[in-house]
Amino acid sequence: MKKLFFESPAVSSKRENKMAKIVVEVMLKPEILDPQGNAVAAALPRLGFTFAQSVRQGKRFEIEIEGEPTSTQLAEVEKAAEVLLSNPIIENFVVRVEA
Amino acid sequence: MRVGVVTFPGTLDDRDAARAVGAAGAEAVSLWHADTDLKKVDAIILPGGFSYGDYLRCGAISRFAPVMQSVIEAANNGMPVLGICNGFQVLCESHLLPGALTRNSDLHFLCRDQELEIVNNQTPWTNSFAKGEQIVIPLKNGEGSFQCDDETLTFLEGEGRVVARYVGGNPNGSRNLIAGITNAKGNVVGLMPHPEHAINPLTGPTAQGLAFFTSILNAMVK
Repeated sequence: MKKLFFESPAVSSKRENKMAKIVVEVMLKPEILDPQGNAVAAALPRLGFTFAQSVRQGKRFEIEIEGEPTSTQLAEVEKAAEVLLSNPIIENFVVRVEA
Repeated sequence: MRVGVVTFPGTLDDRDAARAVGAAGAEAVSLWHADTDLKKVDAIILPGGFSYGDYLRCGAISRFAPVMQSVIEAANNGMPVLGICNGFQVLCESHLLPGALTRNSDLHFLCRDQELEIVNNQTPWTNSFAKGEQIVIPLKNGEGSFQCDDETLTFLEGEGRVVARYVGGNPNGSRNLIAGITNAKGNVVGLMPHPEHAINPLTGPTAQGLAFFTSILNAMVK
């Protein structure tokens, strides 16, 4: 039988089985100039959107793991966020688990 | 006198840096990001470019390259290390230098001849300059805005660790016009503009960049 290039339903349902998503959001610290956020803030009123007092731009990481995250895994994600995903000199981060 | 020049994936000024080392009279030795062997070099240059595509943050992934573990160890033991542009970013991400380089304040990638003042001529990379000497070398980067907290800025200024400052306006929003700094020992220097592109008036704005490379020879001969 010819091999299909897409996953069989059996594999898909297995993959959907108990995946948890850990989200890490990284933002520049409030005192650090954010020229990208400023550029977005300046573009909004040109399109008629006048609601924004200011805009800050950041990064969002979505990390999938199998099963419910343990406290050890969450501690590891915190560590990874501190050493790699963010630069603590200029950025803050938050870690949370999404359903 | 052997000066190592590191090549990461995405480095692009390694050849010019090696040429500048040769023009100053030293031997340039290529160092590869995936090796931990520093090949018995006496000093190391981290050249400019876009290592690892500048993904995540400039220099953030290069910091964990195998060669950097050896570079960090050597730097902490006093070996002279010069980081130019992306190399400066790698040194900050490695915590060999304080602060961070962020997006230029006007968001533009700048590529121009830049006037600088050499503020500290006591480092192994700047001893061929007179204190306060003004030079013109190329500046070319998108993320060259030097940022740090007030406390860090106070000790950098107080300890004379600012190596070079921009002259004639602030090109990128750097605090206190900082174009280059050094560590507490003075052996590690980070510089945003590119001296390796200014070693011959035929191809650069001046030949004033060459003095960074003759400095390291002076430092070793002393």
